[in-house]
Amino acid sequence: MSADTKRAAAPEPNYITANYGIKSWLLTTDHKRIGLLYLISISVFFFIGGAFAVLIRMELLTPEGDLVDSETYNKLFTQHGLIMIFFFLVPSIPAVLGNFLLPIMLGAKDLAFPRINLLSWYVYTVGGLVTLYATATGGVDTGWTFYTPYSSTYANTQVMYTAVGVFITGFSSILTGLNFIVTTHKMRAPGLTWFRLPLFVWAQYATSLIMVLGTPVLAITILLVALERGLGIGIFDPKLGGDPLLFQHLFWFYSHPAVYIMILPGMGVISEVISCFARKRVFGYGFIAFSSLAIAVLGFLVWGHHMFTSGQSVYAGLVFSFLTMVVAIPSAVKVFNWIATLYKGSISFETPMLYALGFIGLFTIGGLTGIFLGTLALDVHVHDTYFVVAHFHYVMVGGMVMAYLAGIHFWWPKITGRMYPETIAKFAAVVIFIGFNLTFFPQFLLGYVGMPRRYHAYPEEFQVLNVMSTAGASILGIGYLIPMGYLVWSLWWGKVAAANPWRAKGLEWEVPSPPPTFNFDQTPVVTEEAYAYAADDSFVETEAAKPPTYPSDPKVGADS
Amino acid sequence: MNVTAYDPAIDAPAHHHGIYDYDSGPPVERGKFAIWLFLATEIMFFTGLIGVYIVLRSGSAEWPDPMERLAVDITALNTFILITSSWLMVRSLFSAQQGDQAGVLKWLGATIIGGAIFVGIQVYEYMELIDHGSLPNVDIFWSTFYAMTGFHGLHVVVGVLWLCAAWVKAARGGYTARNYLGLELAGLYWHFVDLVWVLLFTIVYLF
Repeated sequence: MSADTKRAAAPEPNYITANYGIKSWLLTTDHKRIGLLYLISISVFFFIGGAFAVLIRMELLTPEGDLVDSETYNKLFTQHGLIMIFFFLVPSIPAVLGNFLLPIMLGAKDLAFPRINLLSWYVYTVGGLVTLYATATGGVDTGWTFYTPYSSTYANTQVMYTAVGVFITGFSSILTGLNFIVTTHKMRAPGLTWFRLPLFVWAQYATSLIMVLGTPVLAITILLVALERGLGIGIFDPKLGGDPLLFQHLFWFYSHPAVYIMILPGMGVISEVISCFARKRVFGYGFIAFSSLAIAVLGFLVWGHHMFTSGQSVYAGLVFSFLTMVVAIPSAVKVFNWIATLYKGSISFETPMLYALGFIGLFTIGGLTGIFLGTLALDVHVHDTYFVVAHFHYVMVGGMVMAYLAGIHFWWPKITGRMYPETIAKFAAVVIFIGFNLTFFPQFLLGYVGMPRRYHAYPEEFQVLNVMSTAGASILGIGYLIPMGYLVWSLWWGKVAAANPWRAKGLEWEVPSPPPTFNFDQTPVVTEEAYAYAADDSFVETEAAKPPTYPSDPKVGADS
Repeated sequence: MNVTAYDPAIDAPAHHHGIYDYDSGPPVERGKFAIWLFLATEIMFFTGLIGVYIVLRSGSAEWPDPMERLAVDITALNTFILITSSWLMVRSLFSAQQGDQAGVLKWLGATIIGGAIFVGIQVYEYMELIDHGSLPNVDIFWSTFYAMTGFHGLHVVVGVLWLCAAWVKAARGGYTARNYLGLELAGLYWHFVDLVWVLLFTIVYLF
């Protein structure tokens, strides 16, 4: 091939190759680069939080408290919960995939406030470093829930620094939510009406509403705990006339909606993936879109179901129990609609689809056991047992982490311009699914027969199920390391990705992989609804879906 | 999705520089949109705080008469000063809309002075109370008093700093009859802080 054609075929600069150097990343206002900064940060926190989980499961291998003493164990589960929730789950899909995709899906060049977007990452990082400092200097042992009066009066650990770290990080959520809401209203491309938006955008929008309205309540709550420790302000101190139970109300007023911050974006990812790999329009678009908003609104009205055994009024408990049943309806609407989307679709089982199908099954188990827990009488029996632990891990890990991995695989070619290796990725998805169920299903049984959570020792009759759980956790841990390995590998050696390797619908697939800095050369005009998959459109690789060949890149020739 | 090129006659200025080109949203500047959302978070923040106060106060067997514990008269004067500063802020924005830079500086300066006096009087009040041993860890009345007025006071300080920044920008000719958004945003925040104070003064000092 002559030198002329080589030059002619050289790729246009994309957002990664647009400029180089550490400064061009740390001072970037490009939403895609900020998404990658978040991806790196939350991955670090994921593996730190995971390391604590490893220690927890190792301790629980035997009935005796032999690996760590009870005080250290308290710190282990607290740090695990804190890091996973505030520094991984809450920012995961919104800050990584949302940042990367939202403007592209809207046909915009960036978010409404690019510098505020960068600020949110710095705020997150500072909050994370403060929390890690607290971890390194002794950690905190109150549980991630900071219940008073233990956290305000009795705990001798780094409650203050941790509270400040979580408080600071809250602002990054608020800034992200604010940015997403303004962007979604103001920056949709011509023709992109609300009911043509991808459901991922609806999910991000509903999540952003919770971030903006819920997070400030956590902020004031956690500040009041810090002030009680620092200045002796007695809002939660019964000695002065304060009320420790009030803390639980305030805390769950944020933290129950926060559960939906953690799951709604995942539901958005699943809608995208299911329709693409079933080659079908999403069934009941309007129902899925509005169910996201319904979850966001109803999620603010159910916090009392965490407090059935806390001494809350029985009548309040009845109302909260009823509302908890109500919030299950929009979640179930989504699951039924996904299944109806699959019905008679041309389904193919690429890795994102495996994770998405895993999500549907595991989220359904997690959701249904939530109904058990929302039932007043049953909750008295299983409250604070491993049943609760299993339930929220089915939602958070079986749901959100599966959805996150589905999204990361689905959009990996778009983000990096490289394909991940399909066979090993499918293998990893199966390993994660098996490991997950082996870890957490025995915990339902443990909880039901009465093993309480947050203890480092337990009676001998619980050992078999605990050994199963620890074995599952080992498999799960290895399962998470495999994608970490091959995704990094693919950055250098993966096949070059086409603009639209899945032949998916959506504006993000109309731009090159990876996209140029400003996403679109011209503002796109949208003339169709989302998910306009043809009825007989099975997934076969056509010319259009093949990667471009750049002769200047020697690796491409070898692969394709 | 089926995508065609956008009509460049409409799309002209945006090509490859600006971040935005097409406005799909409600006819309000995105900065103003954002500040209203930010004020929504502030409302939730103070709702949490005021909610705590209402629950604790209604749940307590007896609550001291605030008239006996607090200097209501001087705080009433302080409230008057803060409300007046809101009016001064409106005058400042009005001057900006008229393109009257000297007017902006005058009225905005007066707003800043009003805010600073408010903070000064509050600090004086705190010092007097602390001298008399009325510390936040004495009882729930003082705990809620310091929590509520303290967080509000911090918001006033932030507001004064924000107005100072706006004043510097105005002195450099940053606001014109056609572009006064920055001043308007600072003003919205300032009015919000005043409004919260009216609520706090009513429930903490008067009742």
